[in-house]
Amino acid sequence: MAVTARPATTTGAPTVEPKVARPRGHRSEFLYFALRNWKFLLGFGCVLFMLLLAMVGPYLTSRAPLAFTGPTDAAPSSTYWFGTTSFGQDVFAQFVTGLRSAFLVGAVGGGIAWVVGATVGFTAGFRGGWLDDILNMITNVVLVIPTLAILIIVAAYLNVHSYATEAILIGLTSWPWAARAVRAQTFSLKTRDFVDVARLSARNTRQIIATELAPNMSSYLLMMFILLFGGAILIGASLDFLGLGPSDQISLGLMMNSAYSASGLLLGFWWWFVPPGLGIIAIVGGLYVMNVGLDEVFNPRLREL
Amino acid sequence: MRRYLARKVGIYLVTFFVAVTIDWAIPRLMPGNPIDRLLSRMQAQPGAEHVLRGYYSKAFGFDVPWWKQYLNFWAALFHGDLGRSVASFPTTVSSMIFGALPYTLALLVPAILLAFWTGNKVGAMAARRKNLDNTVLPAGYVLTATPQMWLGIVLAWVFASTLGWFPVSGAYSLSMQPTWSTEFVWSFLHHWVLPFLALYLVAFGGWAIGMRNMIIYELEADYSNYLASLGAPRKLVRKYAYRNAVLPQITGLALALGAVVAGAIVVEIVFSYPGLGTLTLGAIQNRDYFLIQGIFLFLIVAVLIANFIIDIAYVFIDPRTRLGMQGGA
Repeated sequence: MAVTARPATTTGAPTVEPKVARPRGHRSEFLYFALRNWKFLLGFGCVLFMLLLAMVGPYLTSRAPLAFTGPTDAAPSSTYWFGTTSFGQDVFAQFVTGLRSAFLVGAVGGGIAWVVGATVGFTAGFRGGWLDDILNMITNVVLVIPTLAILIIVAAYLNVHSYATEAILIGLTSWPWAARAVRAQTFSLKTRDFVDVARLSARNTRQIIATELAPNMSSYLLMMFILLFGGAILIGASLDFLGLGPSDQISLGLMMNSAYSASGLLLGFWWWFVPPGLGIIAIVGGLYVMNVGLDEVFNPRLREL
Repeated sequence: MRRYLARKVGIYLVTFFVAVTIDWAIPRLMPGNPIDRLLSRMQAQPGAEHVLRGYYSKAFGFDVPWWKQYLNFWAALFHGDLGRSVASFPTTVSSMIFGALPYTLALLVPAILLAFWTGNKVGAMAARRKNLDNTVLPAGYVLTATPQMWLGIVLAWVFASTLGWFPVSGAYSLSMQPTWSTEFVWSFLHHWVLPFLALYLVAFGGWAIGMRNMIIYELEADYSNYLASLGAPRKLVRKYAYRNAVLPQITGLALALGAVVAGAIVVEIVFSYPGLGTLTLGAIQNRDYFLIQGIFLFLIVAVLIANFIIDIAYVFIDPRTRLGMQGGA
């Protein structure tokens, strides 16, 4: 959904250059270019800052995110950095705790989608035949069904009590484009000589995928994880905004939901609904920009730009 | 071409079958008796509970074996029967969906098409042009990373609530009835601008970035270099690059539909726009399960139909699919 397909259109597929005899200095070469790529540095810095804020933030305030501690509808001040909600909750405490939920949903949801997508893609691409037909059919079916629609119906019947559950649901529905991409890359790699050599030396499918195919598209796999991570955060925010996430914890989507349903919009309580959106943009936008930077780092043809 | 379309239709039929099965299975697979769970979550009045229980048992058809329930579900579906709404009782789910549909389409169709068209044009212009690229690229990334509902909230706050240029909510002035009068159309357009913008801007960013990257790849291709070395004007080379780069974008359009529909749902909620999104929220809040299930099925059918239209368009645009060569994702 949403979001899921959006990342697929935001980058062109980088071409995979097989690196059979990997020189020793390869990793440090990437590091060299990464540290000189402003897109990577900007995106990475942005995400890192938000991550630190998520980790440290809750310790900077003594107020619990859902406790009714302060005055109601207070604008940002030195005591309440981000102001308070209509119920007297501290928006800063909600924001930093919401960031934690966002990172949790991104890591778990994106991680599951990554594992499922890579497994399905490698298996379908490498084994081929009837297995490929079946996996491809499943991929196409899940790809067409709007992720949010299926999440709405599942979350409506299943009470979602934790962000981990929500993330698992997101991960299980947002993998198809990743599977497709990995399958296509595997197709183009599996006819190379070094894969034939591995086959001749009687290594099994799993070993060939793990030692020959995956290392040669590691950059692609890393970028795929980044996009899935960002996509999962966006879908999670939509679900929470619809009120389908856990209601006894706080997330950035739920903050927007409560600000909206308490008419914060009409009353102009901008400090309540602006930060959660900016937080999501900082994380997801940072991830996307970092991805472009990585693309240039891994793909020498893009570097001169 | 016939094989290409037949394969696509095959996938869509399987998807439809799977979607209907999911729609049927989810209430039955969840732990516990669905009727008890529905009633406990509805917190109905004691008198109403008895009536509701009777209605649900009949509607789910639990008194017959499961395979017969499944067949009955399909039979009802082909009669256009998606059940009745619980919150606004005798109204059928299908009539509620069709009542909300025009508003959603009025937002979605222009947003999708305009964003696709302008996004691709701007993205293509930005590629390999330093100054434009340095503005389009960051703006595009910020826009794609923006949650649509948040953009909607901010637009409503700035342009409706603070500046008062546009109305905050609804699809037309509350004092009016939908007619084809000039005042009504004007009022409708006035209410339409902000939710449209929220959907349009986010989608625009995605297409602009996608096209910018595609054009760079195409301009590096052999045919571009060859054309340039023959002394073809830069404009002509770019024109050929654009025509090749737009093909994957059209495939991307089919993939992005689900995301745009999801965006429309949340944006409608922000503006209380009386389309499917607001209907969904009401259904979630009222625990109106048949309505949720009906909307789910309807959304999937709509996305399938849109996918099919894109596939047909692809046949006209990409000659390789017509000639039975490879092509088409």
